[in-house]
Amino acid sequence: MNLEFGRVTLVILFAIVPIVGFFLGLRAPALRSRIPIFVGVFAGLIPILSMYVPKKFIAGPTGMSPRLDQWLIILAGFALLLGIVNVLQNNMRKISRREKGWPFSVVLLIGLFVTGGFGVYGGISGQGIGIAADGTPTPFQYVTNWFFQPLQSTIFSLLAFFMASAAFRAFRARNTEATILLVAAALIMMGRVPLLELLAVPIPSLQPAAASASQGLGKLTEWIMKTPNGAAQAGIIIGAALGAASMALRVILGIERGYLGLGKGE
Amino acid sequence: MRLAAGLSLLALLVAAPIAVATPTGTLPPAPPEIPAPLSFTAVDRPGDSGDAILLTWQDPPGLPADAMIEIRRAQPPADEWAEVAEVKPGVGRHVDTTARDGNVYRYEIRVRSAATADSSGIAGAVGPPVVSDPAASHDNWFRFERTNSLIAVVLFIGIILGSIGVARSGKNIFIRKIAGLNALDEAIGRATEIGKKVMYIPGSASMDDIQSVASIAILGNVARATARYGADLDVPNKDPLTFASAREAVRAAYLAEGRPDLFREEMVNYVTYDQFAFTAAVSARMIRERPAAIFLIGYFFAESLILAETGQSVGAIQIAGQADPTQLPFFVATCDYTLIGEELYAASAYLTREPVLLGSVRGQDIAKAILIVLGILGIVAASFGVHGVADLFRTQ
Repeated sequence: MNLEFGRVTLVILFAIVPIVGFFLGLRAPALRSRIPIFVGVFAGLIPILSMYVPKKFIAGPTGMSPRLDQWLIILAGFALLLGIVNVLQNNMRKISRREKGWPFSVVLLIGLFVTGGFGVYGGISGQGIGIAADGTPTPFQYVTNWFFQPLQSTIFSLLAFFMASAAFRAFRARNTEATILLVAAALIMMGRVPLLELLAVPIPSLQPAAASASQGLGKLTEWIMKTPNGAAQAGIIIGAALGAASMALRVILGIERGYLGLGKGE
Repeated sequence: MRLAAGLSLLALLVAAPIAVATPTGTLPPAPPEIPAPLSFTAVDRPGDSGDAILLTWQDPPGLPADAMIEIRRAQPPADEWAEVAEVKPGVGRHVDTTARDGNVYRYEIRVRSAATADSSGIAGAVGPPVVSDPAASHDNWFRFERTNSLIAVVLFIGIILGSIGVARSGKNIFIRKIAGLNALDEAIGRATEIGKKVMYIPGSASMDDIQSVASIAILGNVARATARYGADLDVPNKDPLTFASAREAVRAAYLAEGRPDLFREEMVNYVTYDQFAFTAAVSARMIRERPAAIFLIGYFFAESLILAETGQSVGAIQIAGQADPTQLPFFVATCDYTLIGEELYAASAYLTREPVLLGSVRGQDIAKAILIVLGILGIVAASFGVHGVADLFRTQ
């Protein structure tokens, strides 16, 4: 067996120490809360180190940092199982207690078992979950194409209506800021669509002027998007990046414990 | 007629020996000599994880128009040259990523021109080869090209730690009011009064996104408040890792508030990994259960507006928060309060008022001020044609 330094270190840091810590924590509860912080510190430090130290054991293709990314995927797989168990528990409880909206839970569970069953069948039978060898869709693919994707599109299409209602509320000229927003939005909408040309279609003599005005609006739109909007976005991004770095540092140093549900001194 | 034929024959007889004598007597013009590349070196590529050798050279003057630089490699003591790559002139460098650590290689470089004839008159002339010294690749300890970034990181850490030290010494640290966070108690209090749920959606991203970490930290504070007030909490999740973290954070918050009896497993629930299925399920839940307060804090994609508009339609107090500017306009247009950008990361410090956390927020502000000053300096320098300041910040 090839005992690489990076792999051994990862196993010690993220498997042996947490397990030992867990058992020690049974006797000393304070220790139990420190183990996740310990794991968090090293999980944060290793990718940062790999940015500057290109040694194979840390930043190489099989080094500690890429391996941590792989472990994240494995962890997510197990967490997904937890999630599915949670979905089953919650919906079965709703059905058994006849809670409000329980028929929806029945539909959900049928959908879960039918789709999951088709997926498992595709895996066992060897035909997979895509298109079968004879060119026809597998049952799983059929469900995806004819149930899942249309439903997805339906929900996504709601966005257009919600955008209109949100814009209506946002653009009401209640104060100076909202008025500026309204004017800027109106200019951008006019600059993005050839509205003036369309209006000038019945009057040929106005068409050159409309085309010229439309071009001018297009340039103004570009300026609004690039200059004031771009500057504001850059400001938010710089502030957020520093905030994220500060937050990451707090997590790495074990100062920020809120994500573990812990407060001061816990 | 006969005279003409006789003269032609005579001419042929006279000319014949001359034609035979030409190859040894008057040689055709020699093919142009193809020059060899200059200053050829092969070294380990600096600042990498190994398995790569950097080759550099200078193109010689007078290269044919169709010239190509041919790179070959041999592993001493064997002298069998295998082609590694063929590159166009003007590149001046090539990285051999097929090299393996622990092996020693010698590289040969030469110019090849398909259109130029060689000394035997056959097209495809090859110039004289230049052979490098033996080279071997290995992994390195430091990426020198990232020195500026490392200095910035060390400075930033120093500023943050210094500010935390100042905060620990007991100095009062001012932090401006954040309306969205001030409204947190009000929103939960209202939900308690009217006996409705508080819904907290920790975004769509997984825990590898720092916004999710910040969101779970805020969820801990929200859960403490719901535990204090005895309000019902509902935390639907899209990402399984965020779900696991959220459940632990809420459980710990109820325990910390001394109300573990109020915590129920179904408070933090998993919905689905699909974006729009999650959106549909949560929107439907909003309409059915009409929560009094909705928190949309974390990283959201296109579902942001659908969720926020649905929440708005049921009359809930909505507090949103996102660091990424793409979805912010939707939240600003739809929610009562929005944590913009860095406010999301400052929320935990703001809510807990822990000096150590407040110190880190102050350090972050100092770093921002330094960046603003450097930015202005960069603008002034670039305006006067000095690009050195911008180069200082260039990272690889």
